[in-house]
Amino acid sequence: MKEYRTINKIAGPLVFVEKTEPVGYEELVNIVQSDGTVKRGQVLDTSDEIVVVQVFESTAGIGRDSGVRFTGETIKMPVSKDMLGRILSGSGKPKDGGPEIVAEKRLDIGGAAINPYARQSPEDFIQTGISTIDATNTLVRGQKLPIFSGSGLPHNEIALQIARQAKVPGSTEEFAVVFAAMGITKEEENQFMADFERTGALEHAVVFLNLADDPAVERIITPRLALTTAEYLAFELGYHVLVILTDMTNYCEALRQIGAAREEVPGRRGYPGYMYTDLASLYERAGLIKGEKGSVTQLSILTMPGDDITHPIPDLSGYITEGQIVVNRDLHRKGIYPPINVLPSLSRLMNAGIGEGKTREDHKKVSDQMYAGYAEGNDLRGLVAIVGKDALSERDQLLLEFADLFENRFVRQGHDEDRSIEESLDLGWELLSTLPEELLVRIDRDLIRKFHPKYRSKEA
Amino acid sequence: MYDVVQVGDEQLMGEVIRIEGDKTIIQVYENTSGIRPGEPVSNTGLSLAVELGPGLLTSIYDGIQRPLEVLVDKMGNFIERGVTAPGLSHDKKWDFKPLVKAGDEAAPGAIIGEVQETNIVTRIMVPPNFRGGVVREIKSGAFTVDEVVCTLDSGEDVKMMQVWPVRVPRPVTEKMNPDIPLVTGQRILDGLFPVAKGGTAAIPGPFGSGKTVTQQALAKWSDAQIVVYIGCGERGNEMTEVLTEFPELEDPKSGKPLMERTVLIANTSNMPVAAREASVYTGITIAEYFRDMGYDVSLMADSTSRWAEAMREISSRLEEMPGEEGYPAYLAARLSEFYERAGRVETLNGDSGSVTVIGAVSPPGGDFSEPVTQNTLRIVKCFWALDAKLSQRRHFPAINWLNSYSLYLDTLSKWYDENVSPEWNGLRTWAMEILQKEAELQEIVQLVGSDALPDEEQVTIEVARMLREIFLQQNAFDPIDTYCSMEKQFDIMLAIKLYADLAYAALRAGVAPGRIVTITAKNDLPQIKFTQDYKADIEAINKAMEAEFAKLREAL
Repeated sequence: MKEYRTINKIAGPLVFVEKTEPVGYEELVNIVQSDGTVKRGQVLDTSDEIVVVQVFESTAGIGRDSGVRFTGETIKMPVSKDMLGRILSGSGKPKDGGPEIVAEKRLDIGGAAINPYARQSPEDFIQTGISTIDATNTLVRGQKLPIFSGSGLPHNEIALQIARQAKVPGSTEEFAVVFAAMGITKEEENQFMADFERTGALEHAVVFLNLADDPAVERIITPRLALTTAEYLAFELGYHVLVILTDMTNYCEALRQIGAAREEVPGRRGYPGYMYTDLASLYERAGLIKGEKGSVTQLSILTMPGDDITHPIPDLSGYITEGQIVVNRDLHRKGIYPPINVLPSLSRLMNAGIGEGKTREDHKKVSDQMYAGYAEGNDLRGLVAIVGKDALSERDQLLLEFADLFENRFVRQGHDEDRSIEESLDLGWELLSTLPEELLVRIDRDLIRKFHPKYRSKEA
Repeated sequence: MYDVVQVGDEQLMGEVIRIEGDKTIIQVYENTSGIRPGEPVSNTGLSLAVELGPGLLTSIYDGIQRPLEVLVDKMGNFIERGVTAPGLSHDKKWDFKPLVKAGDEAAPGAIIGEVQETNIVTRIMVPPNFRGGVVREIKSGAFTVDEVVCTLDSGEDVKMMQVWPVRVPRPVTEKMNPDIPLVTGQRILDGLFPVAKGGTAAIPGPFGSGKTVTQQALAKWSDAQIVVYIGCGERGNEMTEVLTEFPELEDPKSGKPLMERTVLIANTSNMPVAAREASVYTGITIAEYFRDMGYDVSLMADSTSRWAEAMREISSRLEEMPGEEGYPAYLAARLSEFYERAGRVETLNGDSGSVTVIGAVSPPGGDFSEPVTQNTLRIVKCFWALDAKLSQRRHFPAINWLNSYSLYLDTLSKWYDENVSPEWNGLRTWAMEILQKEAELQEIVQLVGSDALPDEEQVTIEVARMLREIFLQQNAFDPIDTYCSMEKQFDIMLAIKLYADLAYAALRAGVAPGRIVTITAKNDLPQIKFTQDYKADIEAINKAMEAEFAKLREAL
């Protein structure tokens, strides 16, 4: 392989190389420093004379005397079943002292789009044991559901609790967790690793770690490595894979950094104009394929800068993902865990995964009724601040109490409390029964008669 | 310009989008990794075009009319690149039935025969770019789309397939005034903000406010004969949902699967961005083709914001001078060109057909002042404003009745008079007034609580609540409530009006408002929505309301 020593410019993570032979777009590049260390990069721009290489590690130490080798192939990663239980760096190198991964297959990390025609509709209910997700924002297999959080909120605990408790009731199929950390702190890493070890989850997990002090550009490939691994486990080995990506905000910052280094025309708030497409190329790598056993479910975490849901990162994510779980600071301040605000939260695939034969026939209606009651009760709180509680009608007072009950009983639960869907729904009924029956307009009479505690206790 | 080219050794499909001196800029419809300088590029000399003919219905295409089903066979579950597949099957034989005979005149656009495809008949026309003439010979029987079925004395051979460039609107004789509503079975749309056949509508809304569900409900239930659904930069799983659901759903009129009248174009968000830009044109050209046969077509584009973003992305790579928020300066022009291809028209053969365009817009952060929403609003006549607040309370469809509007009300009022009831237009105005009044009253209630309102206005609030909860809310997932006929809409509205009239009368007679809002007969009204044969029930409710009010007044 030819080695060029023609670097003529280095700008942040980018290296500009003069060359004489054609170089392919997105080709993998090895840069050999004078001390012999090899760094990896990818072709971002190619023309007759100059190639722009984005280096995945720090460019410190690269100089005009460094050698550049174009490998002639796009970035591929070795994958194998033995990856389960391994801890790898953000660029896929072993970090646990173990041997290199012996490839059973080498896959392109870019990943091709699943043909919509080959996809299968996700409809298997995943029970996470968290009421605000199971009952009101149901997660299904093959879904991509992000957690929109803010700095200082317990999104990691929630993600861990989901990873720990998630199961498809009545199913014993093999499952795996692929965990990709982008720019998280050492402490956060410890928190995740301790929990994985405590629960024995590490055995069926593949961990990719890019820490806060690792090169930012490496974060561009970390999620792609993770998703390529997940697709391999799911569609070739038949595992049901849960992919946890944290924190997508750091990923987008890295994207912006490269955009700026390339002197691109920036889009909103300085993020590149192609960020939607770029994020889609990650989030869309979830789902099920007809005729294949496995599935890829994505749970990505992003911290909303300034808790602003209209910030480009959560905004573009929300347009791609199938809903969102929103973690709320006010609830957190009230000491409620998990502080999930159901009002702006949503699961788009919920309807496919619930109902008779999947969860329970009253699921949808109970959920809608609780939403409506909580939304109205929540609005009334503003009114109470002005006119006082006594000025409210009896109906409004009941709704106000319902909102409080909802937060304290339904939303609040323990870190290790694993509620089954029946428990969550029954709890919902218990709370709804504090409201007069004629307020329950969203539930059919028949269901009320079947599930309302008033009628149930009579039967008993 | 706009010629289709083949790029590289793998012959990836691309299109010329700019010429600068001796340099040509090509946008490639597939992933370009691994392409090197020095690889060959060849020009086909043709514009980006679609194949039109029998076989379109029930198909599902990507943005450049490659059938996804064929692609699965050719390259497996993932979309690889460098594979081409024609839009129509060139092997399949269709049963062609001639409708003209030798010696008949066949001008451009004239229908010369038909193919019974599903329960929809595909009419075979003389392509609009032909000169046309007298039929010299016409065949009957089974042919592929490439075989000549008719020869004209102008020397032109008519095949079942025509090829039409996507960026050029197909010609029509004349555009007509849209004065027939597109009945959608959605109460808030048909009842309050109707769109005309051949009209344009926009559904803007922040994510999670139910854009896609609303679009899908429209695709399922609107009374157009043909539906073209463009998933432009959509989620893969959502397209799959459409794909699995449509073949199972029944057309309420024909009883056949909805898929049989549908053409789907799916370009998910992770498929190449250039093909996303093209998908909208591919869709509307197919829609125009069916319009030319005399059909009413409704075209859903979900979402035009993704399309605009694709333009932005390409524009920024071209290093064009950006306009507002980085969108290219020609954004407004492209949007208006697209929406202008809608319309109710007299076709070249004198028939009438229509293309109704319903575009979803996804404004970033739900901010309607952004360029795509604003430029769309300048063009479309119907605006269905989705509201995140409503969807958070699970008020669906989450269309805000105060911000939405339809400019077709006047042109459509005659149709409502004749086809629903002469009372309809009055009822609609009454309902809007009540809802408007409620919004004002709610502001006061927010400050002082509802008990402080005068008696009459307490009743108004109650009537508005009924309008909202019973008429406006509609459950798209309930098998019965998902489609509501005009007649049922009218009956429900009438029942609410009856309650209002009785309530105000009782109030004037001196009944306390607390008694009026708590009558029990009206509590059964919401159940009507979920009942198939509702006529007897609604009459019983009306009677019960009258009886209860009579009792209240007697008690005085």
